[in-house]
Amino acid sequence: MITGRIKINIQVICNNEKEERMSAKIITITSGKGGVGKTTATANISVALAQLGQKVVCIDSDIGLRNLDVVLGLENRIVYDLIDVIEGRCRIRQAMIKDKRYEGMYLIPAAQTRNKNAISPSDMIQLCNEIREETDWILIDSPAGIERGFKNAIAPAEEVLVITNPDVSAVRDADRIIGIIESEEKGPSKLIINRLNPEMVKLGKMLDAEDVLELLAVKLIGIVPEDERVLTSTNIGKPVVTHEKSTAGRAFRNIARRMMGDDIPLMDLEFKEGIFHRLSRIFNEGGE
Amino acid sequence: MREENEMSDWFSKLTGKTKSASEAKERLKFILIHDRTDIDATALDEMKDEILQVISKHVTIDRSNVKITMVHDGREQRLIADIPIKKCVKR
Repeated sequence: MITGRIKINIQVICNNEKEERMSAKIITITSGKGGVGKTTATANISVALAQLGQKVVCIDSDIGLRNLDVVLGLENRIVYDLIDVIEGRCRIRQAMIKDKRYEGMYLIPAAQTRNKNAISPSDMIQLCNEIREETDWILIDSPAGIERGFKNAIAPAEEVLVITNPDVSAVRDADRIIGIIESEEKGPSKLIINRLNPEMVKLGKMLDAEDVLELLAVKLIGIVPEDERVLTSTNIGKPVVTHEKSTAGRAFRNIARRMMGDDIPLMDLEFKEGIFHRLSRIFNEGGE
Repeated sequence: MREENEMSDWFSKLTGKTKSASEAKERLKFILIHDRTDIDATALDEMKDEILQVISKHVTIDRSNVKITMVHDGREQRLIADIPIKKCVKR
């Protein structure tokens, strides 16, 4: 007797509607010491990412001393702020100021009349979780110091960029902050050396980027040369990154591209010849 | 570039002027070790004495050539002890 065999092939057809959900990378920019360029870096990297076609939400977490709004030239557009969102006076969308000059760029400003104890690290985590599916990047500008405000700023971060200047106090504070970030298990920080003056380095009057890297022993993500256009562009509320010829602007654009995963070597326009050669070696060894 | 550096090092030695950047680096090295370990020079000396006391119980050491230093190793600190031991004369 022959038994017929019936093979049934069941094919499950998934309704694979490509619903591409975004999940933002959350980056905090901090320094320990004040005045080394956290806000300038946050503004410039954010705009550079937006110019690369990314959707970016930058958050000023320096409650009581807000400045990211002025650096971006958005100070007249603030209606709601970070504390309004956290205390439920508005929805997040209402506090996100859309920068009309750069497609995809948004700012959530800090409150000016409150202090950093008005929010907690878990508030920041919750806030970032609420928007992370509708943006590519969340960049958080941290306040100076190692207290509550700083803890709030790094709580949601997946990666922390530490910014320093090539001077003894900024490097010392950067080391402290890198140690704290390590102990908070945020992974290794990446370093931005800001306001490097190649002429002074050449004359042995300023720490070389190589020295700073050796002392801090972290990965480098960019070196921003001293450039007076940073100040003049802040004067008019237009980040220097939009300035085609600015060396600092170019350095910030390169940082943004490295964050996107592009392998951008340190260019000799970022710094002068000589320093560049030694640095590009270190940079490559750094695994970028 | 290297040669240029050596030249300038040589030049600064000759003129007796150390460049302020290298002084900054040297100072920072010590500052960071202190900050990272929370051990100051006095505490380090006390610790050295205690280490030597313990070792002296077992072997005779050449105290004048002992080197105990704290060094950087990436982001870690390492306490390196180089303790010469005196030859023991067998009776």
